[in-house]
Formats: sequence, structure tokens, C-alpha cells
Amino acid sequence: MSARYATLVGWLGILIALPFFTPPYFMHLLIQILLWSFVYSAWSIMGRFGFVSLGHGAFMGVGAYVPALLWNYYDVTPWVGIPLGVVLSALLGLVIGYPCFRLKVVGHYFALVTLALGQVVMLSIVAARDITGGSLGFTPKAVGHSWFALQFPEKVYFYAISLALWLGGLAVWRWIDRGIGREALDAISEDEEAAAAIGINVMREKLRVTVISAALTALGGAIYGQYLMYLNPETVSGIGVSLQIVFAAIVGGMYAMLGPTVGALLTISLNEGLRVGFGTSFIGAANTIYGVLLILCIIFMPRGIVGMLQNMTFRRRRTKAVPAE
Amino acid sequence: MDIYLLEAIINGILLGGVLALLALGLNLIFGVIDVVWIAYADLVMCGMYVIFWLYAEFGWPLPLACAVAIVGVAALGVLVHLLIIAPILGSAPINQLLATGGLLFFLQSFATLLFGTEFRNIGIRLPIIELGDIYVSSARLLAFAMALVGAVALYFFLKRTFIGTAIRAIAQDRDIVGLMGVDQRRIYLVTSAIGGALAGLAACLLALQYDVHPFIGNTFGPLIFMICVLGGLGDMIGGFVAAFIISQIISIGGYYANTELSYVLAFAFFIVLMFVRPRGILVR
Repeated sequence: MSARYATLVGWLGILIALPFFTPPYFMHLLIQILLWSFVYSAWSIMGRFGFVSLGHGAFMGVGAYVPALLWNYYDVTPWVGIPLGVVLSALLGLVIGYPCFRLKVVGHYFALVTLALGQVVMLSIVAARDITGGSLGFTPKAVGHSWFALQFPEKVYFYAISLALWLGGLAVWRWIDRGIGREALDAISEDEEAAAAIGINVMREKLRVTVISAALTALGGAIYGQYLMYLNPETVSGIGVSLQIVFAAIVGGMYAMLGPTVGALLTISLNEGLRVGFGTSFIGAANTIYGVLLILCIIFMPRGIVGMLQNMTFRRRRTKAVPAE
Repeated sequence: MDIYLLEAIINGILLGGVLALLALGLNLIFGVIDVVWIAYADLVMCGMYVIFWLYAEFGWPLPLACAVAIVGVAALGVLVHLLIIAPILGSAPINQLLATGGLLFFLQSFATLLFGTEFRNIGIRLPIIELGDIYVSSARLLAFAMALVGAVALYFFLKRTFIGTAIRAIAQDRDIVGLMGVDQRRIYLVTSAIGGALAGLAACLLALQYDVHPFIGNTFGPLIFMICVLGGLGDMIGGFVAAFIISQIISIGGYYANTELSYVLAFAFFIVLMFVRPRGILVR
């Protein structure tokens, strides 16, 4: 156990030390990987229990646009705007989750309802183009280095923020994983009626993960907006983003704590690698490979990369253990 | 009645025809194979590119280009079933939906890779018909008529042929049909081919009205799913009715407000109806 803690502390040390000797470009990549890992983990908190949402762009969009709009029009600091966006997003999760779970909208139907929710939010942002800039995007007022506005031109600050966020996301994951609710949720995803019969409050457990997932996704979207200083309805809350979230989490492995992180690491480095390697003349190449990878992943390893690795080590341990008995 | 409102309603009906055709194809696949093809609208995109290249670039006659597109997309449908759906037919339905989502990524980015992101037009402008003060695009009228012909042809195929009967039987009871000596795998292939052919037909009709670009599937893909679910997945008549309801919401909403708001309205309507009539509008 102590050896495990030592490696954990070692990795953490490396992550904290990284900004002191990495060039800005890699810092940018690292920040993106950490932020997206956080969002993918937030999605998996729901997804791993069988509630596959194709509309998490909705939560990200609310989380990103609310603080930015408040800041530009009313000079409200993001320290107030971000929590507000997160709360609104959690409410949105509640409003869509409650009737879905009450009426047993599951599987395909749940996926398609959430898909429609994502479209509603994305198209509303586009339709309110007088306020949000529509599909041309929205730029928060820049004030340079400021804690009040949560704007930092130096990348180190956002690296620290996203690292903290990512660790926080993993902590929430662990908290759910260790809690009594986890077994209840596992039971629900296996057989809802049976779970209800043994006295599990199905509705409360489902709503709990939905609200947590929606709130965390909104938080991720908010920080992403603060970092990039540019919001676009397509890139923050369109169908593309919603599907990107789902697929990266699945490729990495949504059942394992580090699965979504591996998904983010893999998809972002693949994207960047191809972009740098082939230049813009080869636009679309990354996603082409990505699409094939996804199909293969779902066919051959539905538990994702981390899930498969876990299976392999588990099997090896078992075969080792047999002669010892 | 306001003349522009009337025009909006007529355009809504005409749009509903093509949407109904697409919903029919998707519904057939869902009812028979029990799979949602998220990439269905992107198969239409492939068909539109085939028509664009054959007709506008290589100068083939349009009917021939359309025929090749229909056959080509039907073949693509069979390929999708063989390569993606068949290997995971036994796993959870959501996995199959997600696998076709991977296909969506693949088709869109592969099209970007091959053709770039430019909007391409096949360069046919059909005349505008004037009915009194109302202007109706004849491309839309043609699309509507062809979509109805397609729907009726499908109806007779399902009702009057042996294989059509087998397809309907499988949609009703998957297990018993096998005992009656029907080869399920063959039926699945035929269904995928028909679903693809309907997408190909829709591609021919849409190519006359819209420019083709790699992401055109995103503009009406979500609409088709909404329509199918609204009608009740697998319920063809429900889907047909739902197509016209949705197209009217979009068309009339576009008249009173703007396009995006009318889509917001359509999706919101869908979400609400999901809770009121979860099994489809025609099912009590």
C-alpha cells in the first residue's frame, strides 16, 4: 500500500513540476487534456451506470455562456457567474432527468431525448444572436491578468486550475465509487425493478448522479471558456461536442477512474499529432482515424482501453495465483 | 388568411415529404433489426456527393447519376450492417447506436478529407411555380411527389411480396419467425439495403434543393430521429404523421420567428411529447 502511495505522490510531483520546464505549446496541450479529462469523467459518472447522454453539450454550453454573458453585460465576476452557471446546469439536469426517470425513458430513448436537449441549448444560443453573437461566437471582455475576472495570460495559472479541477473530478468519482450509492446504482443499471423491490430509492440515486454529472460538466465548460476566451455554440454545445464527450470516454474506458483521462490523452494527442505531422492540407484525417478507432473499440473492447488493460492484469494475477493454492 | 403564412404551410408540407421518406427508412431498420443508425443522415450526404460528382463533374445524365446514388447507398447500407452491426448484434442496443455514431464521425471527416469543406451545388435550378400570389419551388414539389411514390412503393413491397411479409413478421416477433423457416440474416441484409436505398432516394431529392457539404447530415439528422421517436420507433404510420407535424412547426415557426427558434420549438415539442406520449403519438 505504501508503495502505491509513493508512486501516487511521485506522479503528482511530476504533474506539479511540469510547468517549470515545458514550452508554452505543450502547456496548452496539457491544459486541454486536463480540462477535457475532467469533462469526460463528469460524463462517465452518469454513463458508467447505463444512462448514456448524448446531450452533455447542453450542460457545457450553459456553464460556459452564463458567466461570460454576466461578465460582459453586467460586470459580474466569474466567481459569482460560474457557480450560477453550474447551478443552472444542475437544474437543467434535474428538469430533464426527473420526467425521464419517472416515465422510465431509458436506452435509445434517453439518448435521443438528451440529444434533443443539446440541440435546444445550442440553437437557443444561436437564436439569441443579439446577445450571444450567434454562430460567430462570443468573446469575453479581456482585462489582462486579474483574479477578479479570472483571466490569466500566463498559462501556468490555468494549468494549476485545471490540474486542481481534474484531481477534484477524480475525488468525486472515488467518493461515488466508495459510497453506498454506488452499489445501489449498480443494482439499478442491472435491473431497475429488482433494485426498487429491495428498497433502493431508484429516483433519488439516478437524479443524484445526473445532477452531479451536469454540474461538473458545466464547471468544465466554464473554465474552458475562461481559458480560451472565446465561445462558439458549435464547439461548446453542438452535437459534435456531445458526441466527442461520449466517444472519448468510451474509448478510454468509462468504467475505470482513469479511463476518461486516457481517452482525453489519446484523442487530443492523436488530433495534435496528425495536425502537426500532416498540416492543414490533411484536414479531417484525425477524425477519420478516430471514427474507425471508435467503431473498432465498441465492437472489440466495449469497456475501453483501461477496461481491457484491467481485464488483462486481472487474468494474469489469477493464473499466477492458481499454482500457489 | 395571410398569404405568406399559407406559403409557409405549403412549404412545410413539401418539406414533410422528404423527412417522412427518411423517417420511413430509419423506422424500417429500427423495427426490423432493432438498431438506431445515428449516421443515417450521413448516408444521405454520401449519396449527394455521388450525384454531385457523376452529374456536375463527369457530366453523366441526372437520372443515371441518381440511379447510381440509390444503388450505391443501398450497397453502403449492406456494408454498414455487415461490418458494424452484425458483429455486435447480441450486445446492448446502446452499443450499436454508439457504433453507428463512430460511423458518423468517420463519414463526415472522410468526406472532409476527400472533398474539403466547400459547399457544392449540382447547378440545377428548377423553376418557381406561381399559384396566384403563392410561390412554390418545383424542386420541393418534385421531392414531395417522389417521396410519396417511394413511401407507397415501400408499402406495396412490404404488403405484397413474400420477403416483405417476412420483414413485417420479424418486426413483430423475432424468435418465432426463425422457426417458420425464415433466414433472419438474409432479411436483415435486405432491410439494410432498402433502408440505404431510401436514403439514396432522399439524397437525389435533397441534391436538387440544397448544397452538399460534409456536415449536411447534422442539419437534418437530429430531426429525423426526433420524428421516428415521436411517431414511435418502428411505427411507420406514426413516423409519417410526425414528419408532417415537425415540418409544420419548423415552417410556421420560421414564419413567425426565425429558423433557429423554430428548431428550438420543434425539439422542445419533442422532449415534452416524449413525456406525454413516450411510445409514440399514435399510441395511447
